Amino acid sequence: MFSTLNIRAALIAGTATLLLVAAILVGSRNLNNFDAALVAYLFGCIFACFAVVYRYCVWLQRPPTWKYFVRGWELLFSRHFVPYVLELVKHLFTQFIGQKFIRNRGTARGVGHMLMAGGCTLAFAVTFPLVFGWVNFQLKPGGIDTYEVYNFGFKVMEFPLHSWVAEALFNALNWSAILVIAGVMIMMRRRLTHAGQIAIQTFEGDWLPLLLLLAISLTGLGISLDYKFMEGKAHQFMAITHAITVILFLIWLPFGKFYHIIQRPAQFGIALYRKAGEAGPQAICPHTKLVYDTKLHVDDVKDVAAEIGFNYARKDGTSHLDYSPQGKRALLAKAHLKARQDSGAFFG
Amino acid sequence: MNTTTFRTDQEFFIDPQRCIGCHACEMACAECETNGQQPMIHVDYVDRYLTPQTSVQVCMHCEDPTCAKVCPADAITKDEFGVVHSANHARCIACSNCVQACPFGVPRKITPMDLMMKCNLCYDRTSVGKRPMCATVCPSGALYYGTREKMRELRPNSTPVNQFRFGQQVVKTKVNIMMPKGATELVVDAQ
Ligand code: SF4
Ligand code: SF4
Repeated sequence: MFSTLNIRAALIAGTATLLLVAAILVGSRNLNNFDAALVAYLFGCIFACFAVVYRYCVWLQRPPTWKYFVRGWELLFSRHFVPYVLELVKHLFTQFIGQKFIRNRGTARGVGHMLMAGGCTLAFAVTFPLVFGWVNFQLKPGGIDTYEVYNFGFKVMEFPLHSWVAEALFNALNWSAILVIAGVMIMMRRRLTHAGQIAIQTFEGDWLPLLLLLAISLTGLGISLDYKFMEGKAHQFMAITHAITVILFLIWLPFGKFYHIIQRPAQFGIALYRKAGEAGPQAICPHTKLVYDTKLHVDDVKDVAAEIGFNYARKDGTSHLDYSPQGKRALLAKAHLKARQDSGAFFG
Repeated sequence: MNTTTFRTDQEFFIDPQRCIGCHACEMACAECETNGQQPMIHVDYVDRYLTPQTSVQVCMHCEDPTCAKVCPADAITKDEFGVVHSANHARCIACSNCVQACPFGVPRKITPMDLMMKCNLCYDRTSVGKRPMCATVCPSGALYYGTREKMRELRPNSTPVNQFRFGQQVVKTKVNIMMPKGATELVVDAQ
């Protein structure tokens, strides 16, 4: 195992984890505001932090990934950063929050994903600060009907117990569970009925994530329903199964399908890169004589391909990769024709 | 992947010289459920000014796929049967590296979906022992999917070849191209 350990990634992940632990200690005022009932979740988060950062760093070390990573940050920190920041903001709203590209893959799919993503984001926004002890609620001294909210140990607001603010805050996780369950149902239906999906889906890659989200949401919702309608009779069962499913999620986050939550923002870098490429010279295919890509991209792909051990260089100093996809297909067809011609028969 | 009735005794044999440009394969390809009714096969005029010759190109399912190696998102995978799958929808960030690096010019970027798609050997069909759609409709024998023995019978003067040379790079593929008898590789650009 240690022979395959990526030292640099392990060091960065270790540092990030230590920083998180320090932030938890500081933010929770030396664990004074930490809720001991959440300790299992806390360890799950700390493990996930190490593993996610480790995997991210290993992933970044791949030449094509590193190329885009560097290019993206270079553009954001260049002297002409303004159009790139604007592009980033546009992308954030249309693709990241609006998820237009997923809706373009199918309406039901877009809605299902939006519900799951919305529910998960809401749940993360509530859970992590609570688990880390960064946010905590206390009854206002001298009464029993006003709550105070503390953020990093500082009081940020107070609200009456029977108010819409209290309803919204205390039910946020229930709402997120309902959103996720609705989204999971739509996605499961698709996986049961779409022949193309059925052919390529796998249990661990596609079904397990949905089942896990469903289990987390149902048990989470169950805690509230049990409290409200069953006088907490099933609390222990609900609380334990919920903790187990959430911790499984956290442990699996760096390895399975959920890793795309971490990986996906790379799409931002691509949007900036494309904009930069469009502003520069374009690549013209020697076969079609048409523009087919940006020169920046063609050159970068040639570099990356060479770096990972492919050598498409021709003897005249040009490269097979200088051709557009259509040009490449034509080169192959012409070579095939020539081979047939040289053999004396077009067919055989 | 899910199903295990993939027939390892059957192979894909393409003969672009035989393509008559009827586009039947393209229509059939659009029936493939895994690409969401979008045709992935390429039917092109080779050089419109000089000749009406058309050519057909499917994914060659390379043994060491350049597309997968240049993918920054690890979105392209090869399975135990040697099928190189279309991009993983959750991972692909639509950077087009694969589009530009594939030596056969196969992958397509579907811009509105921010997704790369390509021929995946009709995995919905081949994984249950059926032939890819395109090969079932090609009237000229440019696309054939079956056993090596049957191909030998049908084309006694040709040899299936699965090695290509692009400049300095040798690429080996799962899909075969039919070459004159005795050939061992197709040199695409030697100069
Ligand atoms: S032919 Fe192109 S797309 Fe298909 S496996 Fe090879 S490199 Fe990838
Ligand atoms: S377009 Fe998608 S599949 Fe192709 S290289 Fe980029 S991320 Fe990978």
